[in-house]
Formats: sequence, structure tokens, C-alpha cells
Amino acid sequence: MDFYFGLAQTIGIHTLLGLSAYVLMLTGQLSLAQAGFFAIGAYTAGIFTVLFQWTILPALISGALIAGFFAFLIGFPALRVRGLMLVVATIAFSEFVRLFFFNLHWRETIDNLEVGPDSTQGFREIRFFSANGWETWEVSLFVWFFVIAVMAGLWWMDRSRAGAVLRAVGEDELAAQSVGLNLTAVKVAAMTVGGVIAGIGGGLYAHTVTYIDHLTFTVLLATFAIAYPILGGLSSVFGTLAAVIFIQGILIEGLRFLGDWRNILFGLLIIVVMNLKPSGIFDARTALMLKRMFAGKRGKPGDA
Amino acid sequence: MLELRGLSKNFGGVQAVDKLTATIEEGEIFGLIGPNGSGKSTTINLICGVFPVSEGAIFLNGKDLGAMPPHRRLRTGIARTFQNIRLFGELTVWQNLWVARNSIEDIAGQGFFSRWFGSSKLVREEIDEMLEFADLADKGEELAGNLAFGEQRRLELARALATRPKILLLDEPAAGMNLEEVQDLDERIRKFRDLGVTVLLVEHVMELVMGVADRIAVLNFGQKIAEGSPTEIQNDTAVQEAYLGAPEETA
Repeated sequence: MDFYFGLAQTIGIHTLLGLSAYVLMLTGQLSLAQAGFFAIGAYTAGIFTVLFQWTILPALISGALIAGFFAFLIGFPALRVRGLMLVVATIAFSEFVRLFFFNLHWRETIDNLEVGPDSTQGFREIRFFSANGWETWEVSLFVWFFVIAVMAGLWWMDRSRAGAVLRAVGEDELAAQSVGLNLTAVKVAAMTVGGVIAGIGGGLYAHTVTYIDHLTFTVLLATFAIAYPILGGLSSVFGTLAAVIFIQGILIEGLRFLGDWRNILFGLLIIVVMNLKPSGIFDARTALMLKRMFAGKRGKPGDA
Repeated sequence: MLELRGLSKNFGGVQAVDKLTATIEEGEIFGLIGPNGSGKSTTINLICGVFPVSEGAIFLNGKDLGAMPPHRRLRTGIARTFQNIRLFGELTVWQNLWVARNSIEDIAGQGFFSRWFGSSKLVREEIDEMLEFADLADKGEELAGNLAFGEQRRLELARALATRPKILLLDEPAAGMNLEEVQDLDERIRKFRDLGVTVLLVEHVMELVMGVADRIAVLNFGQKIAEGSPTEIQNDTAVQEAYLGAPEETA
């Protein structure tokens, strides 16, 4: 059973990672900086609980806010460029963050135990959950509390004027500008929100796996972040969730018996989806279909 | 109201607009015509700040727009439509107007939250009014990209109007329209004027410009070759040579 709770944690955390890219993608920007924000959230939240002995909630929130702050800062220069140049600029940021933590050595002795980020050796013993006797299912519930809160928040935002504005910028920058939208402000806002979400995900990640090192936060992680919304489509937050379940739940866990061949499937999958469903697996049409199915089910008598 | 002083723009070696000076008075409909490539659309793009001017200056109500970024220019009261319609096709008709609405800062004491996340009754009523104006009242929930061509043109006009402009720049609004639609557009443009909006109309369709404009300026190779009332323009020999051809052909 713990296996499934563990999987639920992974799916939840990757959903947060995917949603952080989703927000920015609504404005038409492809960012590989999410791995950097995720790393900032992971390391800072870990440092807060391990070195400062904070409890989990303030540590997570602080980590998320710090990640958001960096997203805000790099948003200004990075979002002046577009397309490939933005991809390159954001990769550079993620690598910068990764290499910073690769070199970070901050050890302190707490309760006769030396703890903290140990540069190349990674950051071990982020044991808040086990030290406080949390069960795996409790941790999963905790993770999903954030996932649901973020999804609900984004769902609501999508239906507000802010959501329409993000999509308007994503669709046609010139037209958006011509109705008085400040493109830089809109994109930086989206980047910041994305940074906060990735920061929460990173903080949760660090505490669920208890050990992080720089190798976790490579470009591969950033690629996953954008792969989820690309596969899931941008019509709603559920597309990203569906893509995460598909990749993490089915492809990675379900096809473990394929060994390393599994990795080839990712590339193949993205090519197939790009060709067959360019607007994502979970596009508007699929959403409508599901809605009808759901409505139909609810309408049936005797269905509690 | 809108003053162009010696406006010039060159792209590489091409002089797209050449020392254009013109003043558009408040409340008038000002036509800007000229053969293809004579710099009409470029003029609109310069006024909106899509690209920087090479020389000269633009003043709106005495205020120099030179250093102002595009979105701020709109907030001073400049709205536009595009030659090739640019709607937010994946958004609904209603959302298209919603995005445009609220862009101006001076909207009755609205806070950050209500501007971005709220949908006050006032705003909803105004958007309904815009839908009414565009004869799209029953299409609010449709995706803008699914509208028919004429409807898209009307929505784009309504979207521009939703920003509450002082001056509206129309870039060939009649392109691709049949006579009936042009007639309808003519009425709409007059309606703008009745609403107190000044109009700069760039157009190829002579029936429209000659009928609706109070004054017309003619561009050729980026230079203004004539300015005056529709009748004066029609009888101007330089214009006829450059653009209209012999008078009997224009009838």
C-alpha cells in the first residue's frame, strides 16, 4: 500500500511542477527555469526545517516565496526574449541554480549530528516527516492538500479576467498590447506565480524523499515540467494532472519491466502526440466529451 | 487632438513614411488613403508604438507620445483595429471584450483584485452594451475564432471601443467586405463619432472613405500629396494621377 501512497506523492509533486509551467505557457512562453525554481524551493525548505528547525508549513511557504522572488527577478530580463532564446536563457538559469547548490556547503551540528547541504555529497537527512512520526498516507494527504489548493486556485483564475488576459497574451501579443495590456507585467506575473508553485513542489519533494542533490534538478526535470502541459493541453489544469498520471503512473511505474527502453518511449510519445493531437491529449474536445460522460453518469438513477 | 509632426520612418533604405505632418481635430472622421505601400498602415503602427519613429513626433492632446510604451499609449486613449483581423480566437466573444475592458486605469475606483479577478455588475453591463453595439448579443459564449468574417470585424471594432478610446485608428476595416457590409460599417463609424470618438480611417474602399470622412489626406510613397474635403480630394489632379485614375473611373 505504501507503494501507492508513494506514487501518489510523486504524482502530486510532479503535478505542481507541471502546473508551474502551465501558468507561464498560457502566456505562450516556454520556460525551462522551472527546474531552478523547484531546486530553490527544495533546498530552502530543507534548510529551514533541518538547519533552522522550523516546522514544515512555514518552511514550505518561505521556500515557495523565495522561489517566486527569483522567478520575479529573472522574469524581467528573460521574458524580453521569446521562443528559443527564452528556452536558452531559462536553461542557463536552471543550470546556474543547480551549480550553486552543487557548491553549497553549509553544515551544522544539531543534536550531535552534522546536517545540512554538503556540496557534492548532496543534502541528506531532511527528515521532518519521519522525525515527527508522520505516516506515508499522512504525507500523501499533505502533498495533495497543496496540489488541490493550487489546482483550485488556477481553475478559478482561469475563469477570471486574469485567465483570459494570460491566454490573450499567449495568443496574440500585438493584439493584447493594442488593448492596453502590459506584456512584460503579465508575463512576469505568470512567471512569479509559476515560481511559487514550483517552489512548493520542490519543498514537498525534498521532504518526501529526504535526500536531494544537484543531479535531481537537471534540464531533464525542466523538460518534464513542460512536457506535462504540452501533453495534457492548455484547456484546463486537469490536462496537466492527466499527463502526470499517464507519464509517472503508467509509463514510469507501469512499464518498469522494460528497463532503460522505457526512456525511448517519452520521445516517441511526444512525437506521436504532437502529430495526432497538437493541442494536447486533454484538449477542449476531450474535456467536453468527459463532461458529457460525467453528466450522463450522474443522471442515471440509483447511482450514488 | 492628434498631431503628427514631420513623422518619418525608414525600414533599411525604404522610406515608408516621409515627413508626414497632419492634425486630426477632435470629433472628426479623418480619412487616410493612398496606393498600396504608401505608408498608411505604417503610420498607424507608428502612432500605436509598434515600432519607433525614425524622425518627427506624435502628440495626443499636446502630450508627446515619443517615449511611451504601446500599452500606455492605449491608456491615453488610442485604440486600433488591424488590417488582418487580430482577435483572440481561442477566447469567447465575451472574453475578448472582457480582456479589453478595464485596461484603462481611471475606471471608477477599481482595485487590483476586482480589475483582475472580479466581474462587477458595472463591467458586465458595459460588455453587454458592447455586444449589443456589435450585434453579437447572442454570440457572447462563442469562440471568437468561430465567428463569420463580418462578425469578427464587428467584434474587433467593439473590442477597440471597449477600451474607451478618445481616438480610434481603423486599418482598412472594409477590406474583404461586400457592399452591404460596407454600408453597415459606414453607419458604425458614424456611431463612433456620435459617441465622441475621433476616427482615423485608413481605407482602400473609396465608397466608404468618400462618404464618411470629414477630411482626407492622401499619401504616396510616404509623402502627403494632398489634404482636404472628399470633394477637393476627388478633384485634385495630383491625387488622380497617383491613385484615383481619371474621374469617370471612380464613379
